[in-house]
Amino acid sequence: MSKNLLSHRLFWPFAVLVLLLVLNIFFSNNFFRITVHDGHLVGTLIDIARRSAPLILVGVGMTLVIATGGIDLSVGSVMAVSGALACLLIGDLSDPHSVAGVLGAVLLALLLCLVLGVWNGFLVSVIGIQPIVATLILMVAGRGLAQLITDGQILNVSSDPYRVIGAGYFLALPVSVLIAAAVVLIASLLTGRTALGLLLQAVGGSPAASRLAGIQARGLTWLVYVIAAVCAGIAGLIYSSNVASADSNAAGNLIELDAILAVVIGGTALTGGRFSLSGTVLGAVLIQTLNVTTVSMGIPVEATLLFKAIVVVVLCLSQSPAFRERVFSRRKPALTKEAAA
Amino acid sequence: MTETKGDPDIDLGAQPSSNTGRTRSLNRRHVPVLATLSLLAFMYGLGVINYEGFDHPQVVLNVFVDNAFLLVVAVGMTFVILTGGIDLSVGAVVALTTTLAATLLEAGWPAGVVLPLALLLGTGLGLSMGAVIHYFKVEPFIATLAGMFLARGLALLIDRNSIPITNEFWVSVAQQRIRFDRGVFISSSVILALVVVLIAAIVLTWTRFGRCVYAIGGNADSALLMGLPVARTRIAVYGISGFCASLGGVIYSFYTLSGYSLHGNGLELDAIAAVVIGGVLLAGGSGYLFGTVLGVLVLGLIQTIITFEGTLSSWWTRIVVGALLFAFIVLQRVVTGVSAVRSGP
Amino acid sequence: MVEQSPVTGVPVLEMSGIRKVFPGVVALDGVDLRLQPGEVHALMGENGAGKSTLIKVLTGVYDIDGGQIRLAGQDVHFSGPLPAQQAGISTVYQEVNLCANLSVAENILLGREPRQFGRIRWGQTRRRARELLQRLDLDLDVSAPLGAYSLAIQQMVAIARAVDIDAKVLILDEPTSSLDASEVAQLFAVIRRLKAQGVAIVFVSHFLDQVYEIADRMTVLRNGRLVGEYRTAELPQMELVAKMIGKDLATLEDLEQQPRETTARIERGEALVQAEDLGRKGGIEPFGLSIHPGEIVGLAGLLGSGRTELARLLFGADRADEGRLKVDGKAVTLRSPRAAMNRGIAFSSENRRTEGIVGDLSVRENIILALQASRGWMRPISRRRADELVGKYVKALDIRPADPDRRVRDLSGGNQQKVLLARWLITEPRLFIVDEPTRGIDVGAKAEIQRLVAELADGGMAVLFVSAELEEVLRLSHKIEILRDRRLVEELENTEAVDADRIMQTIAGGQSPS
Repeated sequence: MSKNLLSHRLFWPFAVLVLLLVLNIFFSNNFFRITVHDGHLVGTLIDIARRSAPLILVGVGMTLVIATGGIDLSVGSVMAVSGALACLLIGDLSDPHSVAGVLGAVLLALLLCLVLGVWNGFLVSVIGIQPIVATLILMVAGRGLAQLITDGQILNVSSDPYRVIGAGYFLALPVSVLIAAAVVLIASLLTGRTALGLLLQAVGGSPAASRLAGIQARGLTWLVYVIAAVCAGIAGLIYSSNVASADSNAAGNLIELDAILAVVIGGTALTGGRFSLSGTVLGAVLIQTLNVTTVSMGIPVEATLLFKAIVVVVLCLSQSPAFRERVFSRRKPALTKEAAA
Repeated sequence: MTETKGDPDIDLGAQPSSNTGRTRSLNRRHVPVLATLSLLAFMYGLGVINYEGFDHPQVVLNVFVDNAFLLVVAVGMTFVILTGGIDLSVGAVVALTTTLAATLLEAGWPAGVVLPLALLLGTGLGLSMGAVIHYFKVEPFIATLAGMFLARGLALLIDRNSIPITNEFWVSVAQQRIRFDRGVFISSSVILALVVVLIAAIVLTWTRFGRCVYAIGGNADSALLMGLPVARTRIAVYGISGFCASLGGVIYSFYTLSGYSLHGNGLELDAIAAVVIGGVLLAGGSGYLFGTVLGVLVLGLIQTIITFEGTLSSWWTRIVVGALLFAFIVLQRVVTGVSAVRSGP
Repeated sequence: MVEQSPVTGVPVLEMSGIRKVFPGVVALDGVDLRLQPGEVHALMGENGAGKSTLIKVLTGVYDIDGGQIRLAGQDVHFSGPLPAQQAGISTVYQEVNLCANLSVAENILLGREPRQFGRIRWGQTRRRARELLQRLDLDLDVSAPLGAYSLAIQQMVAIARAVDIDAKVLILDEPTSSLDASEVAQLFAVIRRLKAQGVAIVFVSHFLDQVYEIADRMTVLRNGRLVGEYRTAELPQMELVAKMIGKDLATLEDLEQQPRETTARIERGEALVQAEDLGRKGGIEPFGLSIHPGEIVGLAGLLGSGRTELARLLFGADRADEGRLKVDGKAVTLRSPRAAMNRGIAFSSENRRTEGIVGDLSVRENIILALQASRGWMRPISRRRADELVGKYVKALDIRPADPDRRVRDLSGGNQQKVLLARWLITEPRLFIVDEPTRGIDVGAKAEIQRLVAELADGGMAVLFVSAELEEVLRLSHKIEILRDRRLVEELENTEAVDADRIMQTIAGGQSPS
């Protein structure tokens, strides 16, 4: 039953994705061709997967935050911070090619992201500020922090171990894709094998009922903002490693909006409750495929914004009970309840 | 409204002790604006003490000149936030306006047609977002996000590159300077912005529409039961914000004499920050337009100080703005939350 | 049979034969309401009697499917709240529907401010607001924000706003539910003033004593039908309650009594839970109560008498602000539901949809939710254990459809209730507080749930059983606690001598024997 529902919920995004892929056949000959080059898989599909990796990572964190009925606007800034700190530390290494040094830098960068997540979670769950407002603070200040770290420069690093994260290959597959896959896997295990998923959905689905069921939401809410920040941090490392530099302005620019969009496309309602990590992955891949398709069709990349606007409008209207009531106003079982009360 | 439930310090009405309740809460409402005002004075004092030439009147006037467009955009944002909403599309609308205006002017359209057309476009976009928000109960955040994509996308579609504006009218307005004694001056855009501020302040304080804006922000359900035109008002504030954004775009195109689809990137954040720092409650229903003006000035003065300092880099602006946002949001929380905390969970 | 009290003069408002149908439900059927100028008229009835629907019809929120409304002798038809207001029918709701962020003067005159050239004349607005308040004998600072005043004052500002529109009829819907005694007195003074000015006032309240203090006449509804119209002075409280609940006194006395031989066998050792002067301002007056293992304690009382408030205090859902609570003889402070759960207390809320089930989750997930919450997220209940527990209770409670993956939202009310009970039973509580577990579910499910409660107590669990239905409380309880007007007024051992009549006397107040 639930499997049917799940596939039903993701049917349209999936159909759009397939349609886009099919469209590409007509516009680019080698679209589906995957060749082995220097022992690496190469091809447009691989390229889409590589480009999707940061968005998938950010989307995973965003999904959990949205499941609790919150939102995190600061993910783009956190990406910039993480890349900036990693590049700064690696630049300061006596040997930028030392694996241990790079590992230390990466871990420190993620630690800083964790602290930023703790900050967001603190504002939302302890002080009780609306999530949009609370994360707005870091959205504004975060990029400044990133620029402070890099001293306003675009920090270029040449470090082979660091380069592996975003541009390397392992077993013929891009490392970034493997990282994203690993994070998705960990997140699914964390939410599926422990009770985290259940409790998050309960908190987002009905805060009052879950409180009376003994769920203490504060710690859970706090946790998801930390997870979201760490996911964004990893995405920031991939981005910065891929371009071998830290660009505090470009890193993760507007990615919070794309991530929210990916989550919504994936069938997780912005009001919280049931979430779907696989849906978010699908949404993220769809968005990247869309970007690639518009390029291969010769449409300027900018037109994707228009398309996104349309997608957001359609999806939100289809999720809006008020819209459905106005359009399909025949059936109104809700009134019966009102009368009985 | 539940916040006031059981507030033990406030006595029943007829007793004189209600006066103490009154003074305290009146002060409470003015606390954020007073805080912003003191902050502004402090920053100005800091500048005057530390930097040579900071006390020149032109320094202050330049804050107005450089931020006239932001002021206008923030005025529109104030209306929206007072109803408890938010408008993320303003930066994109600024870009769309400048791009559209520049393109049409380049094509030889007269300024007298381009100007109203640009304003109409922004207003129309705002009104339609308002309609979606009100009738379909889509969250303002999402609806205006779609508006942002749409406006930015349209702008990029029109032209990806920066287009210079050479239209005579535009150039003459841009170069117009209103000069005072001692050689100080302001641009005509400043006058325009101040007129907008004045009209908006009058509308908010002296008209039924303005009071309805506050009422919706206070409690939209109550406003409806009180027989106020909630639908019309809520749609109108997004229209006003759209209008102000496109007017801000026009002013921006005076300022830069160009149209560019990437203009106004992140402007929505500046506008929201200015409004919040100005003491307007993000939940709606409380705050003054005067506060927004102060908020814009604070943002402008931060930039001025950083320019004067020279050794401080521009990214400090963002960090300071973020810190101020945090301070004011917590301040708001304290000011509004006092009675709620006192009466228990 | 519909009774009527004699009426003199022309009614200011006359509703006759009002019928309102919602899909699947007849909410009002042949209801009459007559209001005289200068009277306070109480509208009485239990939950679902049709009071709110009648008020919404009167204020133009709902359109009627039959019947007539005559205002001052003229047939009228309201297409919405605004035309009704303009015709002189104003409503003040339970939650004050004003804007706390605006000034008192604005709240009174919002949308009707005196203007000149479209500009609001603030001086005149304030003066006019002050005049209106003086009409109610109130002297307030009209430029202060409304939120600075107490709820009682806000209520009166709402009334001032309502009467400004030249109100002929003023409807007060539960105006006193959040007020304390002195505030109620102040509100009543205002009501009497308005009455003297010739306004007809409809007073809706669950507080019987207040109704008897202020109302001249009353109209009683039950199940969407008119029971009758009475003079307050001629209808004893006891009879009113009988009419609201729908049992003649005679029938009540005849009510089949279940054998209660178990009662005697309850051996009360140390109390499991003991409340001493436990209370919460605005919720329930301090009360004392002890519950022993294996005991079913019934809470009886009308809607709004404080039943739920009492139950929530024992579960930590609301925090008590005075008194003490002992569990196993040790004093405890319940800061959250979780704290109560850790001491073996469970609570199933009366608001099944909003505070009970999580509609989006499956039956299985809903059932294990409380147990999982107490274990924390890091120690998940294994799939096998969950299936075992869920399977056991789906079977034991006969939850249908017996598909643990079905979304709870799609289940019927009775089955949702059983899911909720199952959620708490798997936590093996020592005290189970069930608030209205049988409301709104069909007869079969009702009997099953009652039987379950009895079995649980036989097995040694303590149960606090909250219900609006006296029969149920009588049938199940060992001990009955009776509440009235937010106070625990009497505790009765449920012996042969106790019957519905006896309880009702206490519920109605005033003439309790013994």
